[in-house]
Amino acid sequence: MTPLLQLDSVNKAFGGLKVTQHLSFSVFPGEIAAIIGPNGAGKTTLFNQITGHLLPDSGRILFKGEDLVGLTTQAIVKKGLGRAFQVASIFPEETVLDNIRLAALANLDHTRRFWRPSAEHRQATEAAVAILASLGLEEQGGRLAFELSHGDQKLLDIGIALALQPTLLLLDEPTAGMSPEERQRTRRLIGEIRGEYDLTLVFIEHDMDMVFDIAHTVRVLQQGALLAEGSPAEIQSNEEVVKAYLGEEL
Amino acid sequence: MDFSFLLTQMVSGLTLATLLFLVASGLTLIFGVGNVFNFAHGSFYMLGAYLGYQVVTVWSLNFWFALLFAALGAGVFGALIECLVLRRIYGRANEGGFQILLTYCLILIIDDLVKLVWGAEYKSISRPAGFSGSLTVGDIAIPSYNLLIIAIGLVVVVASWWILNRTRPGKIARAAAVDREMLGALGINVPLTMTVVFGIATALGGLTGALAAPLRTVTPGAGIEVIIDSMIVVVMGGMGNFWGAWLGALLLGEVNAFAVAFVPEWATLFSFLVMVVVLIFKPEGLFAPRTTRKV
Amino acid sequence: MGISDMKSLCNGNTLGWGALILAFALVPALMTSQYQLNVACNVLIWALFATSFNMLWGVTGMLSFGQALYYGVGGYAIGLTVTYLGSQWYFAAFAAGLLFTLVLSFLLGLLVIRVGGVYYTMLTLAFGQLAWQIMFKMYDFTGGDDGLQGITLPGLLADKVYYYYFVMILVLVAVWVLKRMAYSPFGLILRGVRQNPNRVRFLGRRVRRNQLRIYVVASLFATVAGALMAGVDGSVHTDMFFWTTSGEVILMSVLGGISHFFGPFCGAVVIILIEDIVGAHTEYWSLLIGSIIMVMVIGFPRGLVGGALDVAAKVRAILQGEKHDDTTLTAGLGK
Ligand SMILES: Nc1ncnc2c1ncn2[C@@H]1O[C@H](COP(=O)(O)OP(=O)(O)OP(=O)(O)O)[C@@H](O)[C@H]1O
Ligand SMILES: [Mg+2]
Repeated sequence: MTPLLQLDSVNKAFGGLKVTQHLSFSVFPGEIAAIIGPNGAGKTTLFNQITGHLLPDSGRILFKGEDLVGLTTQAIVKKGLGRAFQVASIFPEETVLDNIRLAALANLDHTRRFWRPSAEHRQATEAAVAILASLGLEEQGGRLAFELSHGDQKLLDIGIALALQPTLLLLDEPTAGMSPEERQRTRRLIGEIRGEYDLTLVFIEHDMDMVFDIAHTVRVLQQGALLAEGSPAEIQSNEEVVKAYLGEEL
Repeated sequence: MDFSFLLTQMVSGLTLATLLFLVASGLTLIFGVGNVFNFAHGSFYMLGAYLGYQVVTVWSLNFWFALLFAALGAGVFGALIECLVLRRIYGRANEGGFQILLTYCLILIIDDLVKLVWGAEYKSISRPAGFSGSLTVGDIAIPSYNLLIIAIGLVVVVASWWILNRTRPGKIARAAAVDREMLGALGINVPLTMTVVFGIATALGGLTGALAAPLRTVTPGAGIEVIIDSMIVVVMGGMGNFWGAWLGALLLGEVNAFAVAFVPEWATLFSFLVMVVVLIFKPEGLFAPRTTRKV
Repeated sequence: MGISDMKSLCNGNTLGWGALILAFALVPALMTSQYQLNVACNVLIWALFATSFNMLWGVTGMLSFGQALYYGVGGYAIGLTVTYLGSQWYFAAFAAGLLFTLVLSFLLGLLVIRVGGVYYTMLTLAFGQLAWQIMFKMYDFTGGDDGLQGITLPGLLADKVYYYYFVMILVLVAVWVLKRMAYSPFGLILRGVRQNPNRVRFLGRRVRRNQLRIYVVASLFATVAGALMAGVDGSVHTDMFFWTTSGEVILMSVLGGISHFFGPFCGAVVIILIEDIVGAHTEYWSLLIGSIIMVMVIGFPRGLVGGALDVAAKVRAILQGEKHDDTTLTAGLGK
């Protein structure tokens, strides 16, 4: 099986600060891959390089066999790579439905249409309503996005990414700042949408319960370098990891 | 085209550059420290020019006192505006647009107030005693007042550099530019810092207005020309870059001086031309620091 | 009749548009002097200008201080053509003005959109002032500070009442087109560009491309407004290019409320009417309007329309009691 996403010796430094060091790993179709690591380990920066936000200093990032390095974010997104952000990235003054509808319209390449009201674009609206339903946000559809709770805003962010029908979805700390109940719900939802939308997932998370619960593979980053890689069980019993990272929590 | 002509034009370009830089540096300071764009900065310049006119021509007082009076008047007015008006919209969504809007209203108000007090006619003030003639070396004659402006400009530049980099208030101001909340947490009165910075920058504007008044006529509406020119300077230099603004001012001043000599009718066009060329090839400005890739 | 009946009428927009058309259509019948017809023309034209401007600012978040440039192009396209070639070229001039704006705004747009925020604002201002200076200095061709007078219009348009209806129809159609645009997918992505440009890139859409599109569109409608203005007094003046003209539409938009489509329209009506009444009594009009807007910005940032809607919402809440409003999902799918 060929990997869906393959990092090949990616390097990045901000001045003297090495945020990504010789990073190589592969994610295969259908996989749920977790990336963990302490604050400032370079997890978000890695996502930024994958999505064309930052240019790696060297190395290749292959997605479906194509090198993404040097492509614009727009081009990368169009290849089927979606992303939800650490801080929910939504359109605060639009309704929840319109947030997702906009993404659906963008996905259908309908955003140049300037005559029929967006509410009358059935295909996009139906897609958006379906996504709202799978996220359990259908009750909130008419509210303005900024009025949502923090947790629902993070879900909405995922919903926007879903509307673009990605094959690979990057989630940056999907449960950050959520209450325990919201965490439970989000964990369940992520499992559901993965099946429903046939996704490969790469997620960054600090909540270890969630990581060891749903991930197939786990990668541990420390100061930009790959400290360990393996199944949740392997990582849990990896002494280096326990010492360097989990040690703080135990 | 002989050497003395070249030199004369260069000095006049340098004079203009100094005036532009003085205004632009005030603009940069407010923007850099407070993240406020003061669209009315040129109006403080104009206010300074009128205050200078009031002192020199109406009250027949000393020119040096006029400079002081103009700087103080504009500075106090600026500080008042900051704490009575601008402060109220800090942190509002879409703040940038509303800042421009508020300061635009300020332009309208100051323009009309000036008309109300001094009338709509052109005003002029004479050069100070001792600076009305020219400095002659051989067959080269350079107006001594121009040299005075250049000298004052240099003093102000060096002094502001020293204040910003070597004194405690300067360091506070620079820290405020980076992280306002952190400063507040350190127990520094951030709102006061903002007011003072605003006052100093507008005082600089007022001073420049009075300084320029003997060279350019004083009119209501002068503010907008000044703000456009300094904006061009700031854009060319790379926003918030002190030395960039200085070089931008130099470039614009010299281009303008020579354009005035050769094609006086279309001189202003050249400023724009320079800016357009800069923008096409280096949209982030000539001296902008290298940043990470923007998509 | 129930509140829901009224609501469905309002939702269909029929009532609003009907009232608008009726009000403006009756002006010639109700007016008592030629002058009032002029004022009504002014109201309509400025309303269009302000509405087109707000597509840039209120919708897309691009505060342009140079829309006077395109307004002036419209005015002078008509003025110069009719003066030099005769009024039979009027409609050709209209088209030529639009074509000129299309090209100019595209080229300038490429340039000014490269810089964001205040730089964008100041660059649009700079180019507007540049155009003003050029028009001002080409005295022999443009009449400089004297402007161009005696612009006559062809055929029926020469009649003031016919011209008024011509203006009214064009303005209302243009505003209607802009409204369709504002609520279309294109309008939605423009609002997205204002609120979260980074997310728009992650939708696979180009921010600058969309900014350029609306810049060109808004400029074209500003040109229409300028071209219509040339016929109102039969004269054009370089002031059409001056930066205060750009400032005027900003003030109108803020007064009416920039987050509502009809805010700028209402703002224009109010400002033109007040200007007409107060302007006759004082030359310090800018002082007055400057102070009013300053107070508005600080105290009532949602503008007149926003304020009125707040009041309406309160009244409705009182009328309906605490009844729950469940228009969530159906509202989106609706119509
Ligand atoms: N644009 C930038 N310029 C300079 N340094 C940066 C930049 N972006 C991030 N950094 C630094 O790179 C390091 C890694 O940051 P990153 O956001 O990737 O961490 P992270 O692993 O996502 O942490 P967290 O768990 O807190 O989200 C941090 O030290 C951060 O300060
Ligand atoms: Mg992070």
